[in-house]
Amino acid sequence: MNKLNILTPDKNNLQAYLYTGILLFFISIIDVSLSSFFNINLTSFLPGSISFILPLVLGFIGLHLIRIEYSGIKQLDLLNKNINTNSFNAFLSLIIIFVIIKSLPPLLSWFVIDANIAGDSKDACTGSGACWTYIKIWFNRFMYGMYPNDEQWRINLSFISLGFLGTVGFFATDKLKKYLTLYYVVIYPLIALLFIYFFISGGPIFFDFSYGIIALVFSVILGFFIPSKFKMYYFIIVPITIYILLKYVFFYEELIELGKLESLEWVETGAWGGLSLTFIVSFFCLIFCFPIGLFLSLGRRSDLYIIKYISIGFIEFWRGVPLITVLFMSSVMFPMFLPEDMFIDKLVRVIIAISLFEAAYVAEVIRGGLQALPRGQYDAAKSLGMGYWKMHIFVILPQALKLVIPGIANTFLALVKDTPLIFVVGLLEIVGMLNLAKTNPKWLGFAMEGYVFASIVFFIICYAMSKYSYNLEQKYKTER
Amino acid sequence: MNFNFKKLLPQTLTILVVILVFGFFTYNAQVNMENRGIAFGYGFLSQESSFDVQFSLIEFDGSHSYFRAYLVGLLNTILVSVIGIVLATIIGVVVGIARLSKNYLIERTAAVYVEFFRNIPLLLQIFFWYFAALRALPLPQKAEPMLGVFFLTIKGFFVPSFVWNNLDVFIYSIIAAIISIIFVRIYAKKKQETEGKQTPVLYISIGLLLILPLLSFVLGGSSFSIEIPVLKQMSQTSFTYEGGIGLPPELIALALALSLYTATFIAECVRAGVQGVGKGQKEAAASIGLTPNQVLKLVVMPQALRIIIPPTTNQYLNLTKNSSLAAAIAYPDLVLVFAGTALMQTGRAIEIVSITMLTYLSLSITISIFMNWYNKKIAIKEK
Repeated sequence: MNKLNILTPDKNNLQAYLYTGILLFFISIIDVSLSSFFNINLTSFLPGSISFILPLVLGFIGLHLIRIEYSGIKQLDLLNKNINTNSFNAFLSLIIIFVIIKSLPPLLSWFVIDANIAGDSKDACTGSGACWTYIKIWFNRFMYGMYPNDEQWRINLSFISLGFLGTVGFFATDKLKKYLTLYYVVIYPLIALLFIYFFISGGPIFFDFSYGIIALVFSVILGFFIPSKFKMYYFIIVPITIYILLKYVFFYEELIELGKLESLEWVETGAWGGLSLTFIVSFFCLIFCFPIGLFLSLGRRSDLYIIKYISIGFIEFWRGVPLITVLFMSSVMFPMFLPEDMFIDKLVRVIIAISLFEAAYVAEVIRGGLQALPRGQYDAAKSLGMGYWKMHIFVILPQALKLVIPGIANTFLALVKDTPLIFVVGLLEIVGMLNLAKTNPKWLGFAMEGYVFASIVFFIICYAMSKYSYNLEQKYKTER
Repeated sequence: MNFNFKKLLPQTLTILVVILVFGFFTYNAQVNMENRGIAFGYGFLSQESSFDVQFSLIEFDGSHSYFRAYLVGLLNTILVSVIGIVLATIIGVVVGIARLSKNYLIERTAAVYVEFFRNIPLLLQIFFWYFAALRALPLPQKAEPMLGVFFLTIKGFFVPSFVWNNLDVFIYSIIAAIISIIFVRIYAKKKQETEGKQTPVLYISIGLLLILPLLSFVLGGSSFSIEIPVLKQMSQTSFTYEGGIGLPPELIALALALSLYTATFIAECVRAGVQGVGKGQKEAAASIGLTPNQVLKLVVMPQALRIIIPPTTNQYLNLTKNSSLAAAIAYPDLVLVFAGTALMQTGRAIEIVSITMLTYLSLSITISIFMNWYNKKIAIKEK
């Protein structure tokens, strides 16, 4: 048997070092676990501070003894490589392990063991842990805000159908794939808007804009039969003509009256709230801010000086101010800029404000993608005789947008995380509802549960979004 | 005359639209203000504001002007931003380096922290700290002192303060030390370039920073004493601490939330920066015989900083703008004091919101101009 040297473990006495090291390491972990889970202090006969530090010392010596390079045992090498490369790393690893063991019992007892979920009043919460009863009772409010209970099926129906319509892209055949962009950029948002208007808001079936929508649908269907040479003029002239005809010549008052009879109960936007409002606001802002941002970024790189400087000014203005002041502006200052008899709904104002704000960020992200493309791409497209729009739609943007998927995803994430700010104008989405519920005299003192619940909800949403964007990025990654 | 019609038309149209929109808004604003009997103007800034602010760095009460209220708000915004930036940088750099660690546990812990804190809205985090976490702190009369002099209570964090005599001499001495360090650096660089000799700049700098302020104590007559906060009974049940510096819980919650949230982004910047330095660079540096420390200091860090600094500055800017969320928990920052209270009192929406926006705007434009200049300066000059 070779001589044992404690300070430098080597391969010759592998067994001896291994057993001693692992034993010491496990003793330290068992000591900490016992004291944390069962409140038993094995080393209570020692003075306080020593008994506190002892597991750390034991574990440290243990890890030192098993730090043997190329031992030939696969698991040991893996362990050494990952958490035990040198003394400093071993020390940090031990601390992290101990902190996790120590913090598990209190967390477990707060979340599960001592928590209450039964009952339906504050008195049911007797344990020292969380009071999930509070979340259970207020769940409806956190999801739907002040929306009337009997009408909540409308929100569910709209969201479920919109969810299904959103998955159309996965089932499209190759032949239809080229229309998907048109579907997602124009048709789907329009359907969503109609759903929100008719179902969630309960608007009359015929309203001012429905003439516009009918005119648009008609002209798009007719447009397929028009030779491409005249298409541009056609799409400018015909929809407007149909709209004017519909609105002023054929029917007006009659249909409005008819529509009112058929409509669902009107629910004001002030009553909307909770998570569903978060979804509505983020959905529309996402849809609006992307095209605006796209045009701004193109404008910023344009040769036309006036458009360029107006775009730069616009982008830098929105990027320079905090969202909260923008919302302040939309709620306090913006009404001053409108004629006195004109009134724009609070929710619409907020959606416009957030869309413009985020559009500036989207514009900067897309500009990064445009700048990253080599000049050759522009030159090649031009040499094929493509005009400005053709070049951008078929050559430049597909490549540039692919490059900036992560950036756009980050902007969208920021948008979702910014939605709670709408409390400034008095709209209460989930965080706002929490603050309202917290001040309810019957349910005082459960702020923690509420915020933990909302944090989990937001974490799930945002984490899913970021993972999805990562997958998208991997899918569209092209080697260059 | 050779007008390019294709270029002229869209520009003219854009100008027309912009003018029309602005004209429409201005006209309406004029009509609305006439109806309400308000005259546009910034004269109200010198009027007496009759409200009080909970926490301010400069003296303020109802008899001061609205302009001073604006200053109070601005200073509070700057205060919380600076605290947040310092904390966020420290946490962000540590976590960013931990993310690069070869130790699996450390890397995972840092990753969990980053994923968790950046996927939760900042406002929610502020509410969490303010309404849930800090409310669990003890009352002033029951607080245990930390290290004997710090008191963390539900009414805020109380720390000892320095009471200075001849503070200005001390500050001058520090300024003098900094200026002389700059001169020493220039001299050392020149010497190295011409003679190839290295000067121990670091030791000289530390020495200067210690000796000059020390001289100000000995010769300049500046001195300080420490004032420790003392518990004081306000009424039967209400206690507070007097003396020292009291940081209100709003400030603590805001600074905590801002720095923990922004640190996740800074950590990612740091990670991207260090990873962005090519492996070949490190190997090349090692192969010409530089020690690991020298590789880090002379090869990796200068290149990594080039990648790290621009996005990090952007995060600092974001933090400053995000500090306006203070309004949600009633920390008296620019938005709450000026765009909130002052606006309610005067009703001058256009003037006040425009001043607030311009303040933030000028702040961020200054920083972005500086960043553009800096980017140009450090950009790799390729042939």
